Amino acid sequence: MDRQDLLSLYRQMLLIRRFEEKSAEMYALAKIAGFLHLYIGEEAVAVGAIAALRPDDYVITSYRDHGHCLARGSDPGKVMAELFGKATGLCKGKGGSMHLVDAPRHFMGGYAIVGGHLPLATGLAFAIQYRKQDRVVLCFFGEGALPSGQAHEAFNLAALWNLPVVFICENNRYAMGTPSPRGLALFAHVLETARSYGIPAEQVDGMDVLAVRRLLQDVVGRLRVKPGPFFVEARTYRFMGHSMADPAHGHYRTKIEVEEERKRDPLLLLRTIVERHDLAHEADFKQLEREVGEVVTTAVRFAEDSPYPTPAALYEDVLVE
Amino acid sequence: MLLSYREALNQAMREEMRRDERIFLIGEEVGHYQGAFKVSKGFIEEFGPQRVLDTPITEAGFTGLAIGAAMAGLHPIVELMTLNFGILAMDQIVNNATKIGYMSGGQLSVPIVIRGPGSAAHQLAAQHSQSLEAWFCHVPGLKVIAPATPHDAKGLLKSALRDRNPVMFIEAQLLYGTKGDVPDGDYTVPIGQAEVKRTGTDVTVVAYSKMLLLALEAAQDLACDDISVEVVDPRTLKPLDLECLVASVKKTGRLVIVEEGWRFAGLGAQIAESVYAQAFDYLDAPIVRITGEEVPMPYARRLEDAAIPDRARIVAAVRKLLQLA
Ligand SMILES: Cc1ncc(C[n+]2csc(CCOP(=O)(O)OP(=O)(O)O)c2C)c(N)n1
Repeated sequence: MDRQDLLSLYRQMLLIRRFEEKSAEMYALAKIAGFLHLYIGEEAVAVGAIAALRPDDYVITSYRDHGHCLARGSDPGKVMAELFGKATGLCKGKGGSMHLVDAPRHFMGGYAIVGGHLPLATGLAFAIQYRKQDRVVLCFFGEGALPSGQAHEAFNLAALWNLPVVFICENNRYAMGTPSPRGLALFAHVLETARSYGIPAEQVDGMDVLAVRRLLQDVVGRLRVKPGPFFVEARTYRFMGHSMADPAHGHYRTKIEVEEERKRDPLLLLRTIVERHDLAHEADFKQLEREVGEVVTTAVRFAEDSPYPTPAALYEDVLVE
Repeated sequence: MLLSYREALNQAMREEMRRDERIFLIGEEVGHYQGAFKVSKGFIEEFGPQRVLDTPITEAGFTGLAIGAAMAGLHPIVELMTLNFGILAMDQIVNNATKIGYMSGGQLSVPIVIRGPGSAAHQLAAQHSQSLEAWFCHVPGLKVIAPATPHDAKGLLKSALRDRNPVMFIEAQLLYGTKGDVPDGDYTVPIGQAEVKRTGTDVTVVAYSKMLLLALEAAQDLACDDISVEVVDPRTLKPLDLECLVASVKKTGRLVIVEEGWRFAGLGAQIAESVYAQAFDYLDAPIVRITGEEVPMPYARRLEDAAIPDRARIVAAVRKLLQLA
């Protein structure tokens, strides 16, 4: 147990949490529009998994992508500016919340067609294999994508060709308003979905950042030496609504259930471990809050002060010259 | 050198794969079977299984895989056994290939060529006989090519493989065996450049892919009656070389557009709109469209023939337009 290490993980999760709380506020103020899917409650999955990567590994995910992007180290100011639709955003304001991309960090994007990015992940892994490199791909997606044909096509190709991709199913038990047992015939046996293709699969407590990182370090280390797909089911829960259009619990789950799950808040769990080992105290966490608060405030200020795209930008990037 | 359309495609891919390590070929039956229509004959032997990949029958999956590989800097050629099956890959083509560059603000690009035969062959019935080029042309971010001759097929496929954008390359089963002159060695035909395939003065006929061959035959027939037809092949459907089309219309004053696809919202409607906008004053008569009939393709030979434009219909339309009928 290393103090610096644990506090760094905590800080990353805290940054995502406070960044998104601020985004929700900005949404209410109509500074941010469109769809905004918050990752609050699921931070340990992205932070734990991405902590196991090298900078040259690829990350790709769904539309619920702020957490993964920030965990990959993207500039919070550029992310916030993207949510604001500003020219200084990561994608010049053309992608928005659901389509963050940070190519220099090999963060290959958020995709909004459920199941549609799993084949892309196999392609990134294919490129790694083609060039005989020892990089890996982390592909995050919700359990709602599991029964889709594209997911199965991707599993089959990855297994056939031993592609170095880790499929990370973020199982938060709901696909929008549908409890996943009503959408997945194999809900009780998610791992079997992957195993039926011969893909090794393991479950992990997605609220426990250390458990997620431990598993991914092990898996990624093995894939660098002996490439092939791996499947992780991270059991997690989203504390907020499906998107800003949906209240925290809605008609499809109870307030009591949400409150019950909040007791296993990933930030709280890590903080408890740190305090139990006497590695940090109230004052340290207060200090982290101040630092992260400052980062978020700066990000919002940057977004606020940034210009909107010029009309000419409309036609740029449709085709490459 | 006299080459078949099939051989011309084979040479284009082979030469470009020798030149550029990033190019690989992926699709159903492209390797050991040598291609469903033998376009990739000899490839697995020359380039090996890492660059010539036989896939399972999962168009969305392997097209998506190729797009992902392109995002990582490779340059895939996806062979769709026929474009009818490309419908299963439509999500990948429309939602990913054409949008990733834009959504990322230009950080990523998708250099990919997706090729395969469109349009009807002989009596393959409704699910195997469709001209879907209008679907692809509708989407911003995609270039669409439909060459009719071996010369254009080779030169345009080479251009497509040197382009950094997603390109749909539309072939035709009934063209694979057709022969034509192809220069020796390396040459390209630029994307977005139409060509006047036969010069004339009385009427312009615009046709592409298989329909070009019919238009040229019809022009021959009409020449016997002293009717001078100019035949223009856009070759690239998007971006369309409007300048060349308009120049021809300004000369002849009359335009017939031939396409095998369905009439409603078909490509000819767009060509007509563009020509009206730029050359209305030069037209002596309304533009005439000859299209496929608005029915799923029937199997029976007589019905199939009735559903697809033919030489006689083109001849009749031109005569009527010239008020000679
Ligand atoms: C192909 C497709 N169908 C429907 C939708 C609308 N939709 C967006 S998110 C969502 C639920 C997805 O749930 P899940 O995959 O579990 O991810 P989560 O939102 O829980 O992170 C649906 C139905 C979509 N984006 N794509």
